[in-house]
Amino acid sequence: MATLAPTTQWMAGAKDDYRVCGVTTLKVDMHTERLIIANAVMAVVTLALGGIAALLIALTRWQAVHLLDAAWFYRLLTLHGIDMLVAWIVFFEMAGLHFGSTVLLNARQAAPKLAWFGFILMLVGGLMVNGVVLFNNQSIVTFTAYVPLKAHPLFYLSYILFAVGALIQVITFFINLVVAKREKRFEGSMPLVVFGFMTAAILATYTLLEGAAAVVPAFFWSLGWLKEYDPGIYRNFFWGFGHPAQQVNLAAMVAVWYSLAQMTVGIRPLNEKFSRLAFILYLLFINLGSAHHLLVDPGLSFAWKAVNTSYAMYLAVLGSMMHAFSIPAAMEVALRAKGFTKGLFGWLRNAPWHEPGFSSLVMSMIIFGWIGGVTGVTIGTEQINMLAHNTMRLPGHFHATVVGGTTTAFMGFTYYVIPLIFRKELKLKKWAQWQPYVYAVGCILVSLGMITSGLQGVARRNWDITFAGVVPGTVDLTLAIFGIGALIAVAGGIMYVTIVLASILTGPRLEASNLLLVAGTNNPLLESTKLSERDLEHPKNQPKGTFVMVIAFLVWFAVYYLANWWLLGRTWFIR
Amino acid sequence: MLAPERTWWKPMGRMEKTWLTVAFVWCVFLTVMMPLWYYMGKQNVPVETYRVTPSEFSAKVNAFVEQYKVGEDTINGVTLPVVAPPPGSDVYLRASTWQWYPILQLEVGQTYRLHLSSMDLQHGFSLQPVNINLQVLPDYDYVATIIPTSSGEFTVVCNEFCSLGHHTMIGKIIVK
Repeated sequence: MATLAPTTQWMAGAKDDYRVCGVTTLKVDMHTERLIIANAVMAVVTLALGGIAALLIALTRWQAVHLLDAAWFYRLLTLHGIDMLVAWIVFFEMAGLHFGSTVLLNARQAAPKLAWFGFILMLVGGLMVNGVVLFNNQSIVTFTAYVPLKAHPLFYLSYILFAVGALIQVITFFINLVVAKREKRFEGSMPLVVFGFMTAAILATYTLLEGAAAVVPAFFWSLGWLKEYDPGIYRNFFWGFGHPAQQVNLAAMVAVWYSLAQMTVGIRPLNEKFSRLAFILYLLFINLGSAHHLLVDPGLSFAWKAVNTSYAMYLAVLGSMMHAFSIPAAMEVALRAKGFTKGLFGWLRNAPWHEPGFSSLVMSMIIFGWIGGVTGVTIGTEQINMLAHNTMRLPGHFHATVVGGTTTAFMGFTYYVIPLIFRKELKLKKWAQWQPYVYAVGCILVSLGMITSGLQGVARRNWDITFAGVVPGTVDLTLAIFGIGALIAVAGGIMYVTIVLASILTGPRLEASNLLLVAGTNNPLLESTKLSERDLEHPKNQPKGTFVMVIAFLVWFAVYYLANWWLLGRTWFIR
Repeated sequence: MLAPERTWWKPMGRMEKTWLTVAFVWCVFLTVMMPLWYYMGKQNVPVETYRVTPSEFSAKVNAFVEQYKVGEDTINGVTLPVVAPPPGSDVYLRASTWQWYPILQLEVGQTYRLHLSSMDLQHGFSLQPVNINLQVLPDYDYVATIIPTSSGEFTVVCNEFCSLGHHTMIGKIIVK
């Protein structure tokens, strides 16, 4: 039987400063609480900055509106990439790592000063890079800053500060784990969610080291200390950072998925072995994916590209497909165990669709898998990449994974962090109910608009495609879909930031009394401990609906994938 | 979020096993498709690459233009030579901020060895509307062996950000 009961040693550490959460009965270290608040606030601030940039650049790429001039477009494109893809997500993940390594283990923040030092480095790096990009014309280099495009030395320095700060906070995660184990704060294996966060932390460690390998020489090169910097080598190291950084997001997001599923419908993972193996597959194979960005680069062999782009044998994809089954299946079983056993999908009809944690989880999974995952594997195929490289299909793919997927899930998770960690009442609850849907619809339109534009050859990172003069008329339509989607997504983003600010800036400190925000007064987290083996194995509770859904997913996957081979076969012969 | 039971290493359920098997078979299929297409397909990513300095490459481009120039044409108000190399020959296309040089005139169904390199920043060779995209780096001579299978006027778009005039970097390939 799973248990929430803390182990005995807590009181022995006299230095511990903690409170007991009235809702979850978990112990919250006060250092952790403050670190989570600091990281989460910076996450929301950078999200807001990146969101303003998103609105303006989307209104420029929407050819019918074409708002900004070229310099401002490329400047804000640079800013948008950095604030969203790096700052918002990494700050949020740091909050998640502090949460996972202490609260979920009933443990203490073992090196709070070190963690704060890491946070401050990230803060300085994050603010500095915004300033450099906004006020230094030389540093309009986009997020990737491909050598030999040379930015101001401070640009690279702020990247380095941010990355070192992140690395330090990741190290405190491991310190906390080791100390918790040594002090016997928990017994047996760590919870699955912590296991997921640990996967993210391990991935983050070597991701950040590779980032250093790319950016530190670039810093020296920008100062003139290093004369030559091979562009191919830079690309290899940069994507050794840039791509795995997204896999850190993936692992953290999946951990958040399991959390949200447990908090809103009270799941119990059906098979811990199955879910943990899926995380191990990420650990072992996902780093190879950095080759996705080098598939049409000169100087690399077919074998190198094929082995790397396929994660050895699509084994990291296998990991995601395992989670894609295990999470909805666990939700189905938990809901069926409550008596919603009618038909294949009766449990879905009775799911808490108005609970923001649930709706954001479902939206995140659908957009991440059905759009992001399928398009990613397809354009990451060695030969098919020739059709897609640097077209708008690329941002179309990663706006489905990182925005529709990760960001939607993190936003949903925030609504629970506010009462439980900030200890503030969540305001604008009606907005919070609608926000995941608004944001998801926006993200879907953004992704589809971009993908369909890219299929017609529209280049990414391009201020004005009319210069090319070749794009067919339907591009206006697909870019309009993208633009309208961006407006809706930005509206969803504004709702999110407003809800967060309204909640944390107003009202008194209030101990949370309820886990669910709108769907009831029950506590799914505690209910999940009551799910027995018998419940899981009962014939009426089997996840038949989920099985049908994953098979449908596979059919869609196959259709999209094979259609792209067909498309490739129609173009010029090339070798 | 909760600690698992003491012993959680348990056999998987029937559906988990089935899905794992199906998904694994799909992954194997995805893997096999790439070498299969490599040997059977007509569209593969070029591999042939040489080291070249910008000045060496530029010299080759100039010699190539001088040898096979057949006329002139303008792009964005700039006059560029139109070059018609014989089938089977080495063809050069030079990328620099913000120009593709020269304009190429090819014959449908014929084979060409297209050399791509950059004089300065990274660029992206994006042939539209046939939609073939390759990365172009300075110091690398990237050789694509191509056979145009359709005729008409094709645009070469730069699709790697190369500083503020990036979007004006347009080239042309004419196929007769």
